[in-house]
Amino acid sequence: MTDHYRPQSEDEARDVIRQALETGMALSVIGGNTRSGLGNCVAADAELCSTGLCGVVDYEPGEMVMTARTGTPLFEIEAALSANNQMLAFEPVDHRGMMGTQGEPTIGGVFLSNASGPRRLSAGAARDSLLGLRFVNGRGEAIRAGGRVMKNVTGLDLVKLLAGSHGTLGFVTEVTFRVLPRPETQATIVLYGFDDATATNAMAAAMAQPADVSGAAHIPRASAASLSGVLGEDTAITALRLEGLSASVAVRATSLAARLSAFAPTVTVDAAESARLWRAIRDVAPFQTFQDRPLWRVSVAPTAGHRLVAALRQKAEADALYDWQGGLVWLQMNGEPQADVLRRTIAAIGGGHATLMRASAAQRVAISAFEPQPVAIAALSARIKAKLDPAEIFSPGRMAPDIRKTMQIAGMRG
Amino acid sequence: MSQPIAFLPPRADVLSQRERIIADLGRLLPDGGLVHEARELVPFETDAYVAYRQLPLAVALPRTTQEVSAVLDYCNRNGVPVVPRGAGTSLCGGAIPQPDAVVLGLSRMSAILEVDLENRVARVQAGVTNLSISETVGPEGFFYAPDPSSQLACTIGGNIGMNSGGAHCLKYGVTTNNLLGVTMVLMDGTIITLGGSHLDSAGYDLLGLVCGSEGQLGVVTEATVRILAKAEGARPVLFGFATSHEAGACVADVIGAGIIPVAIEFMDKQAIEICEAFAKAGYPLHVGALLIIEVEGSEAEMEAMLAAIVAIARRHGVMTVRESQSATEAALIWKGRKSAFGATGRIADYICMDGTVPLGKLSHVLQRTEEICTGLGLRVANVFHAGDGNMHPLILFDANDPAEAAKAEAAGNEILKVCVEAGGCLTGEHGVGIEKRDLMRFQFSQADLDQQMAVRYAFDAGWLLNPSKVFPLEGRPAA
Ligand SMILES: Cc1cc2nc3c(=O)[nH]c(=O)nc-3n(C[C@H](O)[C@H](O)[C@H](O)COP(=O)(O)OP(=O)(O)OC[C@H]3O[C@@H](n4cnc5c(N)ncnc54)[C@H](O)[C@@H]3O)c2cc1C
Repeated sequence: MTDHYRPQSEDEARDVIRQALETGMALSVIGGNTRSGLGNCVAADAELCSTGLCGVVDYEPGEMVMTARTGTPLFEIEAALSANNQMLAFEPVDHRGMMGTQGEPTIGGVFLSNASGPRRLSAGAARDSLLGLRFVNGRGEAIRAGGRVMKNVTGLDLVKLLAGSHGTLGFVTEVTFRVLPRPETQATIVLYGFDDATATNAMAAAMAQPADVSGAAHIPRASAASLSGVLGEDTAITALRLEGLSASVAVRATSLAARLSAFAPTVTVDAAESARLWRAIRDVAPFQTFQDRPLWRVSVAPTAGHRLVAALRQKAEADALYDWQGGLVWLQMNGEPQADVLRRTIAAIGGGHATLMRASAAQRVAISAFEPQPVAIAALSARIKAKLDPAEIFSPGRMAPDIRKTMQIAGMRG
Repeated sequence: MSQPIAFLPPRADVLSQRERIIADLGRLLPDGGLVHEARELVPFETDAYVAYRQLPLAVALPRTTQEVSAVLDYCNRNGVPVVPRGAGTSLCGGAIPQPDAVVLGLSRMSAILEVDLENRVARVQAGVTNLSISETVGPEGFFYAPDPSSQLACTIGGNIGMNSGGAHCLKYGVTTNNLLGVTMVLMDGTIITLGGSHLDSAGYDLLGLVCGSEGQLGVVTEATVRILAKAEGARPVLFGFATSHEAGACVADVIGAGIIPVAIEFMDKQAIEICEAFAKAGYPLHVGALLIIEVEGSEAEMEAMLAAIVAIARRHGVMTVRESQSATEAALIWKGRKSAFGATGRIADYICMDGTVPLGKLSHVLQRTEEICTGLGLRVANVFHAGDGNMHPLILFDANDPAEAAKAEAAGNEILKVCVEAGGCLTGEHGVGIEKRDLMRFQFSQADLDQQMAVRYAFDAGWLLNPSKVFPLEGRPAA
């Protein structure tokens, strides 16, 4: 791959894409490239990069809505929001640590990978915050989808379709999203020493309380050990976060702690320590050290997470970290990725999906990064892709339902 | 005077085969699952957009996903249009049939299949009513958040069709934010399952695409929805203002101050009078505009939030602030609000608009709405979800007077143009249906619409599912 296109405007992007269409050139669509390892290997002739499309276009703090060009660095967005005491509700994950990448994440990359952190549990995913976007489709046409208001059911929701499409359906040039007021304070209730099953019960009990828990995670002992600096205990940590007005957080913390005392004594940590802990959970700090160990991100029903891990451990050695009340399982494998075993186990415990986040080049070629879909859904997805990108110019193979197809494409392009 | 809204011309080949189609479908749906006598078809001739009505060819009432699949497969092979239907409470004509179409009604699929409190999900059949989910999980301390005013009647399938919202969506989001999975049948009879009890999807977000697709992509037969723990307490508070302008400005300031109550509902003088006469909710009658702001949580939380809201309201010259003193009173306040459409329907015919506008434009759009309606000699009542800018002007008219009906439709179109020009959209929660179909070009370019329609083709290449809706009839691309 030699060529690198970095259009400075939507018009320039259309020119590049039309040229690609004419010459049969496949484009690998990238932003800050901090998530370049996400998805299957892409067979492309050139890179199409969003970082030339930079800057906040419109920000109305009073309306809690921002529009930005997709290549805008995330830190710029967050700085602008911070200055107005606002934030992205879904707590975007920073993938650099776990994926061993460098560079600056872009706001486009965040939405295109639906990169949602711990607050996804209570405030929705990145896709839930996304209100509208502009993109150039595979025909070189500029398309607008959605809008800039919270409630909008006018026509088909292409916004959701494009969110999390990893650049395979179009080159998104601009995103409009909802933001939320930053909570006045936060506190985290911590329970120590639980095994995974007990922790799952405790988290479910907490979520059944009217306490507005905005984060529920469990870090088993083996994973907590590498959480150096945060909480600093050599034992499992089960964490429940409360956010809001100071008076309200204090009241909720007391009543939730009282409820959970049936499980074990609780400790309530203050705002600063709480923030550090949730950042570590969000970015999967415990699994950043051993870059040579395969890393999976698994989404299952909350109570199925620990059962999945227990069943998997019959066959393979793995460390786990649970977020989203136990339903988001980060799995670091001590050895092979064990894709087949993992995916069979997920199916057996009631379904979900596993995404390969980190693996060696050889492993990535052999394993489908995204959960393989049932035939009917894969066929439907392929038909949809063909309606947006008929000539398959955008990141061919990245979300391909069948890894062999990717390899064929790669082979064809030599 | 505007033209009546057109449907696609009926397919002559389908109409001429009516008897055979009925016989064939009857075999697929034993136990009276096929309705075809003219008299029995009448209840299906329209929905809550009653200005338009036509009898369908037949009505299929399947009991299982397999039966839905058999019906769709048959209709697909025989080129018969299908109009999915829940409770028929659509306000935009989304469920209105056409003479060559089979209505596929989900009313016999109304079971709650599974309640899983630990994972906070409920799995239900598509024909289950919205309210019955909250009623089922309520005793355990949970609820299903999206609460359209029609929740007693409307179905989850219809809610998914329209991505419905409700008064409490300001905090909890609309249907798409509370939907985890569906089982649905594509037009060719293929049964697919999207999502489940887990979060987010492995591939493209097809669930997000299906939600709000107005029965055009497939027929939903089952849904997995998220249920939430009920707040410790909730308290609606009435804020009366002299004018709509002050009330609108207060809403923008509350949100702008970073306060997000569970609900901020708005009523103007006209609406207050109509609702009070009907529900006797104790709304103040001397004010020009009313906000119902609901806060929830512990006593301390509610107090803290209310204090902040009251301070802002005072800056906008609030005339009365009244907290509900009991659960009964709180229920009455909501009853008044939720019966707004029904109460209006008792005094006049009305059409209900549904545009959403940025909060900063609320006052402006309210004023334009008033000007447009009075300019045409029509009365208008405004009652809507102000916190998210989702307006519902109710334009009153006399359906027996065709000239006035046409004026009402024209006023509605004018108002929606104002919404789009203000940076908003045509419909916030009621959907496009037939009502706003021909206005889609106000909001989207032809390229935007072509892209949406192309995606629609990926699901239903023969354009058989609810074919007269959502997209302007002219300018549809060839398959
Ligand atoms: C008095 C009143 C108050 C209302 N208040 C609100 C409100 O507060 N908020 C709000 O959002 N709406 C409101 N509505 C509108 C209406 O109730 C909603 O749109 C509701 O979701 C429709 O549900 P239904 O079961 O009646 O569906 P229907 O009207 O039967 O159908 C609605 C659409 O969904 C499609 N559909 C139905 N079932 C399925 C299925 N199983 N699979 C695929 N497609 C399907 C239909 O084809 C149609 O396009 C109100 C309506 C009335 C009459």
